[in-house]
Amino acid sequence: MKTVQLENGLKILVQELHTAPLVSVWCWYGVGSGDELPGQTGVSHWVEHMNFKGTTNIPRDEMKGIVERFGGTWNGYTWLDQTTYLETAGKDALDTLLFIEAERMAHGLYEPEECESERTVIISELHGAENDPDQLLDTEVTATAFRAHPYRHPTIGWIDDLRSMTRDDLIGHYRQHYVPGNATLVVVGDVDTDDVLRRADAHFGKIPATPPPARRRPAEPRQIGERRVLLEREGTTAYLKCAWHAPAVADPDFLPMLVLDAALTGAKGVNIWSSFRGAPPQRRARLYTSLVERGLASAVGGSVLPTKEPFLYSIGLTAMEGVALGALEEAATCEIARVRQHGLTEDEVARAKRQLRARLVFENDSVTNIAHQIGYFEIVAGPGYLASLPSGVAAVTAAQVADVAARRLANDTRTVGWFRPLEHQA
Amino acid sequence: MASVTSGLSPLRTILSNGAVLIVQETAFSPAVTISLAFRAGSLNEPDDLTGLAWFLARVIDRGTTTRSAEAIAEALDDRGVALKVSTNRHVLTLSCTCLAEDFSDVLAVVADVARNPVFPGEEIEKRRAETITAIRQDLDNPGIRASEALQLLLYGPGHPYGRPAKGTVESVERIRREDLVAYHAARFTPSSLFIVIVGDVRASDGLARASEAFAGWNATPAPEREIPAVPRDTSRRQVTIEMPDKPQSDIAYGFTSISRLDPTYCPHWVMNNILGQFGLGGRLAENIREKQGMAYYVFSSFDPSLGPGPLVIRAGVDPGHVERAIVAIDAEVGALGRDGATARELAETRQFLIGSIPRMFETNQSIATFLQTEEFFGLGLDYDRRLPALLHAVTLEDVHAAARSVLDPARASIAVAGPASARMAL
Repeated sequence: MKTVQLENGLKILVQELHTAPLVSVWCWYGVGSGDELPGQTGVSHWVEHMNFKGTTNIPRDEMKGIVERFGGTWNGYTWLDQTTYLETAGKDALDTLLFIEAERMAHGLYEPEECESERTVIISELHGAENDPDQLLDTEVTATAFRAHPYRHPTIGWIDDLRSMTRDDLIGHYRQHYVPGNATLVVVGDVDTDDVLRRADAHFGKIPATPPPARRRPAEPRQIGERRVLLEREGTTAYLKCAWHAPAVADPDFLPMLVLDAALTGAKGVNIWSSFRGAPPQRRARLYTSLVERGLASAVGGSVLPTKEPFLYSIGLTAMEGVALGALEEAATCEIARVRQHGLTEDEVARAKRQLRARLVFENDSVTNIAHQIGYFEIVAGPGYLASLPSGVAAVTAAQVADVAARRLANDTRTVGWFRPLEHQA
Repeated sequence: MASVTSGLSPLRTILSNGAVLIVQETAFSPAVTISLAFRAGSLNEPDDLTGLAWFLARVIDRGTTTRSAEAIAEALDDRGVALKVSTNRHVLTLSCTCLAEDFSDVLAVVADVARNPVFPGEEIEKRRAETITAIRQDLDNPGIRASEALQLLLYGPGHPYGRPAKGTVESVERIRREDLVAYHAARFTPSSLFIVIVGDVRASDGLARASEAFAGWNATPAPEREIPAVPRDTSRRQVTIEMPDKPQSDIAYGFTSISRLDPTYCPHWVMNNILGQFGLGGRLAENIREKQGMAYYVFSSFDPSLGPGPLVIRAGVDPGHVERAIVAIDAEVGALGRDGATARELAETRQFLIGSIPRMFETNQSIATFLQTEEFFGLGLDYDRRLPALLHAVTLEDVHAAARSVLDPARASIAVAGPASARMAL
């Protein structure tokens, strides 16, 4: 992989991969919902939507079709630390894709009527997610677990902010954060590195350097007592969620935590773009054998994701029909207490590490996924981290896993969420 | 190793017992995807045991004549492998991805699971409880409620295509061990099996290992059930499912269309792309999302099968906008059916579909899916190479004829799940 930085600060990472006649281009910005101020929650995600709505040199009507001409697919997403845009298309599209990303960085249109029309689209996106009680519970648990840190609000934003934000808020955010020094361009595929760099320089080199904005995130005070949230709504199924403060990606606890989660709920891998779409291998995982196999839960999932600052480790459970949330919580709490007290067996840790080794291979199965991983880790963890992941996981010991479980999964630093379904009142 | 830069070049053989084996070498990563598809989908379920195939898929990997459920879990979990067992109307598929070094061992386990399941009573009861919980979760999901109600409207309760894949709480409660054993004996045989292996494995090794794994297995399938005729819709029908606590309503709007084997498949595919796929979601998204800002998602999907599959339009909208959204869907459906597509739309869509063929082969998983489809419908081993010409041959008149035969608001079936609009008016 070749890494180059243009004079204006744009970082470019290129990896040639000649297994298919495709190219994947991702443009990453080091800004996400973790950088938002109260009253403007959701602005990063809304700006992401606006950046598909035309630029000075790509009229609104031509946005649709420009990537499709090359058989390509395009998308974007926003999360805590990042906003990113991608296209994967036939390799002949390379120059067009770089042109699109350069336009997006510097020449977004933000037509007033488009801003308004997108407001209701995003509110529809929010409401659609709220149709799922499990997601609703996740939002409430996250907001309860944090007091001060902006990771507390959902990336999509709070509904009142979505109703009140203005076009100027969007443009202000766009101008401030969409600068070359805050961006990383990743190109992976059937390309020639020198050719990519020449073309990237031609498209992006003329964008003026602007100092990237300073990150200002309030620290989260240490949690000193259990927090609880109870949601009661019409529904059919009960859900339980437990969340603890997780280590940031650079924290030495991160990899032991990843292994701990794999042992508790099955290894997912670390690609948030692709790895979480199927069930992990979890039949021998501790919380599967103790909760699902015993008939208390119909499903269990765990999540610890690489983030710049400490986010959450969360365990989600779907209560089996007829099982009370209290009984499920008690069983889950007992099992976690057992792990905190006795650690995991050498076998469990070895299995978790073997799973992670395999998942790290599986999630690098396409130009799109490889490009995602390169960009994601560059933004969140910095250079070199991704390459060191497999050896880092291999070096984790059972003692380290026991230690993070004991220190980090205490009852008085957790947040517990219940979704208790109410019968349909006809 | 082989590269797929110039199309697929799979090895296809028929094993001595009649099973079809297809192996495609690729060089993406040191991993292999295994996919075993049996002609054992829900079509063949007894009328009073809807959900039998789906339930069988939950229990099939929980013990064989020589391996306990724990032993299977251990063998797969230890290697980071999550075996996915999925069903549709015609096919039940066992699929997974493993490291290349684990290929022989994993294939042996998966073949054993497919050939020799014993369906232990205790496992049946645990998975029954999980399945009932999953059905109850579906009852709380407006998207699933609307989609299932639409299938029922389109095909009627007497047609296998009209029934919910998971069955109902009542039908799942009726399933006994003998039903699973009988269904397995009737449907899981070498001559109803397609084995697809894609990845970092030599074709000769794939052949040798598959021959071993399925050696000594000879059984004859019971005749498949005939697909009942589907009456053509003659009038417009609409049902409403009231879910008062949900923030958003889901609309499912559709028609029955053609079989995958119909000679007009390609014109229908192009027509559907123009209606509800191209870009963000074709004409539908252009109108309902982009112009009116009414929905985050609106698209159409076209699912032709051995029998006439459905063309389904889906949208999630504010409960106050349901009628307006249906009016807009009617307008787009009516216009495309009446006037056909424009020359520009046809050219763009054709270019997109042809250009996206290399992306269909971006991952081992997606290649395996393509090869399974190709084999199931008998499209020919060179189908990927013939596709561009087939798409080139589609004319504007072909697209218009396809649109005219399917799209007519006066014959639409519509299901809406969500709150009554008055209660949720914003």
